[in-house]
Amino acid sequence: MTVESTAATRKPRRSSKRAGAARTPKAPDEPQLVQLLTPDGERIEHPEYEVDLTPEELRGLYRDMVLTRRFDAEATALQRQGELGLWASLLGQEAAQIGSGRALRDDDYVFPTYREHGVAWCRGVDPTNLLGMFRGVNHGGWDPNSNNFHLYTIVIGSQTLHATGYAMGIVKDGADSAVVAYFGDGASSQGDVAEAFTFSAVYNAPVVFFCQNNQWAISEPTEKQMRVPLYQRAQGFGFPGVRVDGNDVLACLAVTKSALERARRGEGPTLVEAYTYRMGAHTTSDDPTKYRTDDERQAWEAKDPIQRLKTYLEKQKFADEAFFTGLESESETLGKRVREAVRAMPDPDPMAMFENTHADGHALVDEERAQFAAYQASFADSAEEGN
Amino acid sequence: MAGKNMSIAKALNESLRTALDTDPKVLIMGEDVGKLGGVFRVTDGLHKDFGEDRVIDTPLAESGIVGTAIGLALRGYRPVVEIQFDGFVFPAYDQIVTQLAKMYARALGKIKLPVVVRIPYGGGIGAVEHHSESPEALFAHVAGLKVVSPSNASDAYWMMQQAIQSDDPVIFFEPKRRYWDKGEVDTDAIPHPLHKARVAREGTDLTLAAYGPMVKVCLEAAAAAAEEGKSVEVVDLRSMSPIDFDSVQTSVEKTRRLVVVHEAPVFLGTGAEIAARITERCFYHLEAPVLRVGGYHVPYPPARLEDEYLPGLDRVLDAVDRSLAY
Repeated sequence: MTVESTAATRKPRRSSKRAGAARTPKAPDEPQLVQLLTPDGERIEHPEYEVDLTPEELRGLYRDMVLTRRFDAEATALQRQGELGLWASLLGQEAAQIGSGRALRDDDYVFPTYREHGVAWCRGVDPTNLLGMFRGVNHGGWDPNSNNFHLYTIVIGSQTLHATGYAMGIVKDGADSAVVAYFGDGASSQGDVAEAFTFSAVYNAPVVFFCQNNQWAISEPTEKQMRVPLYQRAQGFGFPGVRVDGNDVLACLAVTKSALERARRGEGPTLVEAYTYRMGAHTTSDDPTKYRTDDERQAWEAKDPIQRLKTYLEKQKFADEAFFTGLESESETLGKRVREAVRAMPDPDPMAMFENTHADGHALVDEERAQFAAYQASFADSAEEGN
Repeated sequence: MAGKNMSIAKALNESLRTALDTDPKVLIMGEDVGKLGGVFRVTDGLHKDFGEDRVIDTPLAESGIVGTAIGLALRGYRPVVEIQFDGFVFPAYDQIVTQLAKMYARALGKIKLPVVVRIPYGGGIGAVEHHSESPEALFAHVAGLKVVSPSNASDAYWMMQQAIQSDDPVIFFEPKRRYWDKGEVDTDAIPHPLHKARVAREGTDLTLAAYGPMVKVCLEAAAAAAEEGKSVEVVDLRSMSPIDFDSVQTSVEKTRRLVVVHEAPVFLGTGAEIAARITERCFYHLEAPVLRVGGYHVPYPPARLEDEYLPGLDRVLDAVDRSLAY
């Protein structure tokens, strides 16, 4: 589904006062969020941001979130079964990813971290492609230009600079596409993110910095990363920052669309802070019970992004039982497909490690490849002799 | 402009100008590369002639320079970025090592990273701390990067052309104390391959292998040795990744002795790699162990001591004598 074609009824920013109001700091436990759908599934209005979606489009967003969660659960299970070396779950962040991902146009470009499985889904990347690096058969493997979705980046914050450079290139090309750089609250402490803010502001680059503040950088809470709300940081670099309810798919869609439109109009970068929560562990190697409480998790469970849209769909009678049953069966099919694909994923040919080191070749790599091939072949020879 | 006499700095400038002229995707980026023309004036006049869209003054942020260059390369551009001095490359080292070097492999060859990182390097100009270092081994050790350094004006011109045309990231070390050395540049010549070494002087008794700023010292040493009746061959490596071991081997099989000379610390340096490889390849040809002359395992010293730290004529000749004494 794409909602790009939808005529958004978002009102333009008419006064700096109103724009300023959206950035007014509040106490950290009481964040002022752009919200269009409450945790109880009530549709509310926001003076600056609006979306007007058909029931079919709303069902599409719901489907995206459900299937992404199912994929994520399957991957977590596969890690527990030893099929994946590691998994970084997106549980709880589906609205932030699907909302922002569905705001994109095909010609926009995405620079993800390693947790943007929902955004990858929106870009049309086959979910099984995301698993190669976690299984240990490659370091990415997909062609970033096929879906305008760059490879997962593990070094925290590095990709925000790549996104900025790419966006600078868009300006040079005279195109009107835009770039979204995803990163987390922990990454906002990295120098590269600050440098990306600087470069994007100076060159007025059409980049949307989409920070999923999921409250925890492995075991470190946001208090260990920042003393002022994250979205306010943008102001110091000279571009707007906005905090959105990251568990509200409609608000994430509206705010990202607005930021993308601003970028397309040549008005430069925006920082979107999606205020959300990582329901699971940082990765499957992590143990969140050591550093956070059940109370905290339960409080966030009440804000579940999928449940609130379900409540809304049901209340509005935008979806019937057949839709939910059908989706359940579609989820199971996806889970099965992912499971089978991972188990069928072959180990790479050992010679593959010598491939793709350099586009123009490298004498030392060639020499070592030949040595390795001869070494490998020596086992085949001795096996033959043994026979 | 075939066959012009020009300095290394001018040759680099002409090379960048040619690249900007020929390929609209080539960009120059860095601190002070625009109106000022770079602190060494290597980009002099390019901003005026090609404009700020092509010759881009950047914020003072090395990681940002390399990181955004990666993004521009992904968009189809060919950025040539300048790091103002050797010791300032380290804020960008993460982007170079974890991103620029590995992205092609990570994408299984589906994307290309034609980025050139220019680094004026080495000592001998009486500079303050962080302005005289030779960190080339740190980059040569990283798979995915190519590392080169010209020693003369002709190579400066041609190697820069080749580095820009390469689809791989190239770390281009410019010997800053040689910027003003002049030489003949034939812009119509067929260039020497980028990663192939060059015999700078023929000899039969011993091989001196060097690159960048040390080639001149080695040529002077060979001339001085000739007065004492010793025939010394000088091989200009030109590329530190890959290293053209074949050419060094050919020379050593003839001379049977090898001394490697560089400004960088000897410990775990380029010379160590060459000594090990040549010992493996030429064990039965060698009349003496491969010797190394270079910097010490200390921070680059204050300017008043750099003549003691840097390999000069006497230290190279001393190594030649030690090798010939075996």
